[in-house]
Formats: sequence, structure tokens, C-alpha cells
Amino acid sequence: MYIKEETAERHTLAVIVDNEPGILARIAGLFTARGYNIESLTVSEITSDKSVSRITIVTSASPATLEQIVAQLDRLVPVHKVRDLTAEGEHVERELALVKVAGTGDHRIEALRLADVYRARVVDATISSFVFEVTGGTEKIDKFIELMGQVGLLEVARTGIVAIARGKEAA
Amino acid sequence: MAEKSGADILIEALTDLGVEVVFGYPGGAVLPIYDAIFKQKKIRHILVRHEQAATHAAEGYARSTGKPGVVLVTSGPGATNAVTGITDALMDSIPMVVITGQVPTGLIGTDAFQEADTVGITRHCTKHNYLVKDPAALGATIHEAFHIATSGRPGPVVIDIPKDVQVASARYTKPGPIQHKTYRPQVKADPKLIESAVEMLAAAERPVFYTGGGVINAGPQAAQLLRELARITGAPVTSTLMGLGAFPASSDLWLGMLGMHGTYEANYAMNQADLIIALGSRFDDRVTGRLDAFAPHARKIHIDIDRSSMNKTVRVDLPIVADVGHALEDMVRIWKARQHPKPDLSDWYARITEWRAKKCLDFPETGEEIMPQRAIRALWEATRDKAPIITTEVGQHQMWAAQHFHFESPNKWLTSGGLGTMGYGLPAAIGAQLGNPNALVIDIAGEASIQMNIQELATATQYRLPVKIFILNNEYMGMVRQWQELTYSSRYSESYSDALPDFVKLAEAYGWKGIRIEGNDALDAGIAEMLAYDGPVVVDCRVAKLANCFPMIPSGAAHTDMILQANEVSGEMDDEAKALV
Repeated sequence: MYIKEETAERHTLAVIVDNEPGILARIAGLFTARGYNIESLTVSEITSDKSVSRITIVTSASPATLEQIVAQLDRLVPVHKVRDLTAEGEHVERELALVKVAGTGDHRIEALRLADVYRARVVDATISSFVFEVTGGTEKIDKFIELMGQVGLLEVARTGIVAIARGKEAA
Repeated sequence: MAEKSGADILIEALTDLGVEVVFGYPGGAVLPIYDAIFKQKKIRHILVRHEQAATHAAEGYARSTGKPGVVLVTSGPGATNAVTGITDALMDSIPMVVITGQVPTGLIGTDAFQEADTVGITRHCTKHNYLVKDPAALGATIHEAFHIATSGRPGPVVIDIPKDVQVASARYTKPGPIQHKTYRPQVKADPKLIESAVEMLAAAERPVFYTGGGVINAGPQAAQLLRELARITGAPVTSTLMGLGAFPASSDLWLGMLGMHGTYEANYAMNQADLIIALGSRFDDRVTGRLDAFAPHARKIHIDIDRSSMNKTVRVDLPIVADVGHALEDMVRIWKARQHPKPDLSDWYARITEWRAKKCLDFPETGEEIMPQRAIRALWEATRDKAPIITTEVGQHQMWAAQHFHFESPNKWLTSGGLGTMGYGLPAAIGAQLGNPNALVIDIAGEASIQMNIQELATATQYRLPVKIFILNNEYMGMVRQWQELTYSSRYSESYSDALPDFVKLAEAYGWKGIRIEGNDALDAGIAEMLAYDGPVVVDCRVAKLANCFPMIPSGAAHTDMILQANEVSGEMDDEAKALV
């Protein structure tokens, strides 16, 4: 006997929640308990009184499961609203990465040149290393990290994806 | 305004919320609350013998009265023992508030004595939970917890209260009606959707109402409205295990329960229907059988208060998010306002009559041995005029009770449906008896299940509760044995109930009356003796050991693949079938 798998689509969800203790565990636990995937999850407070947080989740699932994910998230008590940004129309996704590269000579020059092409900023430098800050879509950052791999990549820290719908409507 | 201790705030808030009974068990981390209980008279505390039983007793109380069940247990093992009942209440949508003690805030996270991460452990088996660190927030939290437990789709809510918060003092004022900032369940349906539902119902040639526990949770008026809607539309009604009693079994429109151990007529009606109206039910796997063969000809309307129940396993044509009672009221009103005539469903009923003629609940009887189905029927015949409250454990006896005991009204049938928790029935009966002191309450049990919370015999004794336990004793975990017979070539691995106690002596040891019934001749007299006794009784009814519960839709099979008798199956199932629950 073999276990069947469904074909999955990648969707980005914005979940607006009350910033109460345990909320992240509640959301992440819902995904594990019901067997949903999380490809990326970011969370941050978004109001001045720190009472509300926005959680951006990138998940892969079949269309029917995506509908369930939204409904399951929506029925958690501290959740204000859930938006499937991918399903609802155009949106912008960004990620930030800090990339540490060590090298000398040509590698160092090439790293700087590539960073310029990718509009990465140098946020730390020593005689033999740089830390670049690069923002953009996931693919761009993946590509930048891949290139740095050939010129002395040491370490990567990524924020995960944040996303927002295009246009004048608020989530 | 004077400040008072957290423990006193808890008692006052519970009193303000109308709580009359709390099921609990004391321990170190709840001593301040127990001291506050000692000093008051408004709330009655029922001392169980195990925390799991407190949760099931609260469920039985809630299910039979419509009021939330309240549980009070200590930290650590008190809370972890309650987890099964909390999960049970979540699966069956039972309103319940569980108050757990916790180690003092300063000790949280230090692996202190009897510390457990209660909010962590119960996060996914509650509708919501709280750890209250600020005594000033305690009162409002308790009120909010009851609001969440009882509104929308009901469920269990845990409030974890550290011991220092119980001792510290704060102010308490009774809050007004709760307007929660994020939690706002949709109670009224979109009127356009109700109109569409009425149109579909008026146009249907082969409609079926498929009702569930949601109708019972929506209150007795919802059950009345269901009767009215069925009367004016003429559509037949089937129900899930959890929904039994919402529609009277004596009605001509009643098809019996559907699903794995449902009736032939109910499952065939679902299979052949052109319209299914799901009311407060959730297309559970025990109901649908094989999904790609489920109700292939039917358009489906799904009315439920929980949006996540929509399209979860079965795609429906018209999902309507609403409290089922309100939706029924709207449907009845619109049907009448449009002066729809009662549709002519005579062709449909002609087919239903053919299916009924199968007499799928008949069972073979040989000689002296009591067939378990016969025992249930005899119990029903003897008690039907008394409108008894029936609880069950889990297994064959539960399904036989669902098939052969017939209910006329809601809140009389208390069973563990979603989680399938053995050991549910006795504590649930205790809770139901406390909520309904004058009712006849019977736990229909199996000899294996009853032992899972047998210690609660003492609780009934202590509070002089005249609960009856009717054990169908076949010396097997019957449902496990049945599946082993049908799918594993009768290899009865660990399903024999060896070393059984003498249930009569056991009953007597706890101050109960014990009766043993052996043989058909003794059945009616034994039941009469049980009913005549003014106090708790255990009946050890010895039944045929190898009887199977039919009809049965094997797991993963279609409604039309129903097995009516044992000679239709034998041997071994393939791996695909074995992998299904």
C-alpha cells in the first residue's frame, strides 16, 4: 500500500491576531495538528499599543485544504481576520536577508560587484568579510545567496516572507 | 469596593454565571479555591474519584440540561487526567469550563512539584484556554470563558489559575453582556441563502434531512422547528449518533440513524437522494463511508455554525453558516410565507418502504441465550414511558443502544461520539442525574468499558444518586473482536475480557444493588427489579458472546456496500481497508 499525496499550491496568508501569550503556538500548533505545511512564518506587532500582530504564513496545500486552513485559522478565538493574499488578487511579497561573506582578493571584489547588481547594502565590513543586507522576493534572495556561495558565503539569516495586498484596500 | 481573593472572585463569578454544580477533585494547587468552596453554600461541589470522570460528569450534566458543565481540578496530574474528557467535549461540541490549579507564577517553568504546562497541553483540545497571571483579570476571564464555551459551536474552555493568583486580592465587578473583540460567531444566516435552500427543498423529489448534534446544541426549540419543517415539507429524517432524539423515532418520517451502523433505509436514502439538507452535522467519516461514493446523486445544503465544517470532507452546493435553530426558524417561515404546497413524495416513500422491508435491525435468536439487541429492546420497552436519560460507554453496546433504543425528545441520549471514549457512560450518568434529579438515568455499558471509570460507583453512592448501570456482558471488547472477526480472520488479539470481577459483588461492595440476568426467561424480571429499586443498581446482563453489530458499512466502503449479516463477510481485508480507522 502507498500513501497518496495531493497536488499543492503555494499561498501566502495574512493573519491578524490579538497579541496574547501563546498565540504563535496556537497558530503553529494548528498547522502541525492538522497536517498543514508551513514554508515561512513571520510575526510582528503592527499597532502602536502592541495589541495586534500580523502573521504572514506561506503554505502549500490543495485548494480544498487551503479553504480549510483559512476556516480553521479564522475560528481561533484571538484571530481578527484571515486573508488569502494569493487567492484574493495581486500582492507584494518581500523578504530580507543578512548574508555574511568572507574572502580576499578577487572573491571580495566579485562579492561587492554582485551585491551592487542585487542592490544589497553592506551593513558590516572587516578586512576579510562583509555582511550584506538584501531585500526582495524569495527567488531574488535565493539567487543572491547561491551566487555568494561561490565567493565565500559563511552564514545567512532570513526574515521569512512579509506580504501585503496591492491597491488601496486594507486587510 | 473591597478587594477579595482570587479564589473568592472565582466563586463569586461562577455564582453570577448561574453555576449550581461543580465536578472536581482537590489538590495542592487548588487548596485556596477549595477553602472558598467550604465557606459558601450556593455552589454544590461533587467529589468524583478521578479527574477524567469529573469532565465526563460535566459533559453528562451539560448535554442533559443545556447548561455548561463546570470542572475544578488541581495542577499537574489533575489537569492531565482531565485531558481525555476535555478532548471528548471538543469533539462532541459540549459546553464545558475547566478550572485547573497551577503552581505559583514564580515557579512556572521550573519543573515544580505537580507542574504541567496545562495551557500548552490543552491548547489543541480546547476551544480556547487561558493562563490567568493577573488577579484583576480573573473575573473578566471567567465570564469570557463561559461566553466562549456556550456560544457559537460550544466547546471546552480551560482556565489555568496559579496558586498565588488564587490567594492575591483584586477587585471584581460583574461584567455586562460580552462584546468580544474578535470572537463573534455568526448566528443568523444570510436570508438569500435560506431562500435558495427553501427553493431547492421545494423542488426536490428525493430529499433527506441529515441531522446532527448541532440540532440538540441549538436547544429544544430547534428540535421542535425540525419537526415542523419535516412536517410541512414531508421530507424524511435521518440522524447521526450525536443527533438522536432531536427527531422522534416514532414518526413515519424517521429513517433511523445513518452511517457505519445505521439502518439500511437511512443509508440507501442518502445514497439515492437528490437533495441532502445537513443540519448541525459534519459529514464525519463514520457517516459518509467512502467519500467518492457518498450521496452521488444529491445536491447538498449544509447548515452549521462552524464555517470550518463546510467543505471539510464533502463538497456541498450551498453552505450556510448559521445557528441551526435560527436557520430552521427562517426556513419554516419562508416556506410558509411562500405557501409552498407539501411536495408529493409518494414515489420516494415507495422506495423507502422497500428499503424498510429489509428489516435490517432484525437479528438471529437461538434458544436461551440473551441476544444483546433483545436486551436493549426489552430495556426500551420497560422504560419508554419514563422518558429515561440513556448514557453509554463505547463499543458494540453503544451501537446496539443507538439502533434499538428509540428516543422521542432531545437531551436524553448522552454518548461519546467523536472521540469514542470508553469510560464515558458512568460519570456522564452521574452528571445527568445531578442535573435531572427526578429522571431515570441508565448507563448502557459493556463489561470492558465500565471498568474504565468503575471507581465512580463511589461517587453515586456518596451523593445517593439512583443511577442504573446495565452491562451487556459478553466477555469481549466486542467491537474490537467484531473487527478482528471481519478483517483479521478471527485472530482475537487481546480482546477477551479476562479476569472479570463479579459485578454483583462489586456493586454490593460500593453500596449498590447488584442483579445478574442470565437467560431470556430472566430478562424482563431482571429489568423490572432494577427499575423497582430506589437507589443505584448494577445489572450484569449476560449476553451472547459472539454477536455482531449489523448492519455495518465496512470502513472505507460505500453506503451501498452495507453488510446485513455475518455470513456476508469473512476472512481478511486488504491493506487499504486495514489502514482505515
